[in-house]
Amino acid sequence: MTTANRKIFDFHGGLELDEHKSISTSRPIEIAPIPPLLVLPIIQHIGNAAKVSVSVGDTVLKGQCIANSEGRVSARVHASSSGKVIAIEPRSVPHPSNLKVESVVIQTDGRDREIDTSNVGVTQFKTLSTRDIHQRIQDAGIVGLGGAGFPSHIKLNVGEQPVNTLILNAAECEPYISCDDMLMREHAEEIVNGLRIMQYALSAQHCIIGIEDNKVEAFSALQKAITDQDDIELVRVPTRYPAGGERQLIYTLTGQQAPSQGRPLDIGIVCHNVGTAFAVNNAIVDGQPLTSRVVTITGSGIPQPRNMQVRLGTPIEFLLEHCHSNKNDIGKILIGGPMMGYQINAYHAPITKTCNCVLVMHQRDITAAETPLPCIRCGDCNDVCPVNLLPQQLYWHARAQEFDNIQDYNLFDCIECGCCDVVCPSRIPLVQYFRFSKTTIWQQERDKEKSDKARERHELRLERLEREKREKRERHNRKKAALKKSPEQKDDPKKAAILAAMKRVQEKKTQTSAAPANTENLNKEQQAKIDEADARRNKQKESESS
Amino acid sequence: MIINTPQVTSPASVSRLMLHVGYALIPGTLAYVWLFGAGILMQILLACLTAVATESIVLLLRKRPVLKTLSDGSALLTAVLLALSIPSIAPWWIIVLGTAFAILFGKQIYGGIGYNPFNPAMLGYVMLLISFPLEMTRWPAAMSLLEQAPSFQTSFNVIFNSGLGIDTISGATPFDTVKTQLRAGMDVPATLINSTYGKLFGSFAGVGWEMVSLGFLLGGLYLLVTRRIAWQIPVSMLGTIVVLSGLLYLIDSNYFMSPVLHLFGGASMLGAFFIATDPVSAATTPKGRIYYGIGIGVLCVVMRSWGNYPEGLAFAVLLMNMAAPTIDHYTRPRVFGQGKGN
Repeated sequence: MTTANRKIFDFHGGLELDEHKSISTSRPIEIAPIPPLLVLPIIQHIGNAAKVSVSVGDTVLKGQCIANSEGRVSARVHASSSGKVIAIEPRSVPHPSNLKVESVVIQTDGRDREIDTSNVGVTQFKTLSTRDIHQRIQDAGIVGLGGAGFPSHIKLNVGEQPVNTLILNAAECEPYISCDDMLMREHAEEIVNGLRIMQYALSAQHCIIGIEDNKVEAFSALQKAITDQDDIELVRVPTRYPAGGERQLIYTLTGQQAPSQGRPLDIGIVCHNVGTAFAVNNAIVDGQPLTSRVVTITGSGIPQPRNMQVRLGTPIEFLLEHCHSNKNDIGKILIGGPMMGYQINAYHAPITKTCNCVLVMHQRDITAAETPLPCIRCGDCNDVCPVNLLPQQLYWHARAQEFDNIQDYNLFDCIECGCCDVVCPSRIPLVQYFRFSKTTIWQQERDKEKSDKARERHELRLERLEREKREKRERHNRKKAALKKSPEQKDDPKKAAILAAMKRVQEKKTQTSAAPANTENLNKEQQAKIDEADARRNKQKESESS
Repeated sequence: MIINTPQVTSPASVSRLMLHVGYALIPGTLAYVWLFGAGILMQILLACLTAVATESIVLLLRKRPVLKTLSDGSALLTAVLLALSIPSIAPWWIIVLGTAFAILFGKQIYGGIGYNPFNPAMLGYVMLLISFPLEMTRWPAAMSLLEQAPSFQTSFNVIFNSGLGIDTISGATPFDTVKTQLRAGMDVPATLINSTYGKLFGSFAGVGWEMVSLGFLLGGLYLLVTRRIAWQIPVSMLGTIVVLSGLLYLIDSNYFMSPVLHLFGGASMLGAFFIATDPVSAATTPKGRIYYGIGIGVLCVVMRSWGNYPEGLAFAVLLMNMAAPTIDHYTRPRVFGQGKGN
């Protein structure tokens, strides 16, 4: 069932940006070749790093788990082609700070041998229990492929909380990126089936697919894939960045605002990305773990921009060579779109689960960053802010590092979409200031927590010492008081006992002086002998002394 | 360090904004020249030269980039606005002194553009008005009222030779006339139809001045339509002027000027679109801007009706500049996800 007459709510602000999407949608999704080396970081998601379960020298098959999830909020990593593990070591990952992460490095054999998944897949997913589905999704290592990378099995297993609406985010609002668009055009059936599985896993009453109205082909492909039995609404939303922001999309489709410090689930809504739905379908129907994703390779530094189905772990450099990008022309590489993407310097870093776009800018398009002018408080940033913040005021406090004030102005509601940066006539990198403030506040909070704990420990210790002292004093005082109150009563038995003991000792002493202990109970004969000996000794003594 | 900013080209820039505000001043200025003579052009030129010189010197002393800062255009805009605010036949040193004061004490002393709490042009204007009341209240008469239109030479002489021949080309403004006549005991309707003064009021709000105001309104609408200024301030300010002066006019039309006279007889249009909208010194929240505009409107009408000076716009703007931070504090918009939307 599809309807086109749902009421659309306009979120505040936003921008109509040049799309630059058509340059990468003219050709079908291409399957990227197998690179000689695959680098698979053990953390490509939000949560705990996975734990490596293979060793150097092991032969691995495509789809084989090479790192197991650690704890609930974690995700497995699978080999994305067959080959030999040649190293397990920290390698560069796509990250603005050249971060290195423990990675499994596989030398591929080019044969792409797969693990046997023939018995794993289930065509009728409703024969599985929801718990089974959660488990399978977890086992497949699926994370949110829209960019955040939160483990999907958690977002599909909400426990007791009821889910009214499952929203499939097909907006893809950032310029240049077209991987979701192409996936929908070519795999609408699988995506819709993945959505059905998600709906089943969440026991969601209702499903809405929110798609920007510039994706005409994808819209009709989805329309064809949705049957009358489905409770799925396909809704066009206006093309306005950031329409695909989770909270913005929810508001556009339902008019409901997810609470600022809460989750969409608090209002009974769960949001997933189309790429994730596709991966869920593959995991349940075909039993295939997540080993590849669609990546948009685009920008002025790429002669023929396109979308590719890329094995996770494929070095970005390898993809660029494949796309005939001239290394000397590259001015800048961004992972993600031009608005929220981040620049990387390690071109050998691999494609990970959350890389949706490699945006290569030609050198000629790089302009030196302008020195920002002072803020003139024109308020254009506030006009375009989708969260209705006052970036001009936030900036003022961020510059002064007044972190209390900046939180009063709701810094933590900033989604870092970058709209304010674009319209700022003074060219102030506002979001950069906000990111800096956020991380500084987090750091301060961590430090404070640490020092709080230390202080607490210290205070507890002081308290304990104090308590011990007090108790000691109290015991002492009690004793003293008792002594003063009735010295007789208390001491009498003790003294008596001592006296008695002393008496006994005295008696014994007198006894022993009278007769040596070992000469008691003698018979007459022995006594006579002793007397004789005594007499002799006495005589001897006398004669000696005389 | 890599600064991650959006890789999207955008035309937004401060100098472009100032440039367009400058364009928007053209119709009003042309009307001014057309109806009052070329004196205003000399004032604008003097003001601009003074502004550039003052700003350059201060920037050199502060060891800041001179050309880059000057190119933001804000000093020139301040100069032009001040020149348009003072009588076009004032002696040369008035505008030179006022502009230098505006740039130095209105702006640079606080750290330059973006940091000034007061509108620099209005600060300069008020300083001049208080210090040099005579020079600051001798306004040019519309040329249509003069027997002989002043030649360029006359204007030049008036400005550079300390008011030589000024009496031949000066005249009272509509607000001046109303105020003076009220003090003399003549009520407003009588002044408007008086044989001596009536001709000053032109077709609806003053010979010459009404057309200049229309010119500024035209430029202001251009800024509104192209979203270069926030709509809240001019709309709320002019709306307040109309409503409040309308009420007063209904209560006692003998004593109070009509809303039309309020809107087009004084500096309302220049003030609403070009002066009160100076973003640096105005309130910055959407709601705050409405209150800010209302505040200026109220103060304007009150000062014009009961104040000592015929025109109160500059004082109104400065007073509301002072209130802007407080207004901003209490008018923060509700952030997405907090409150009623749920």
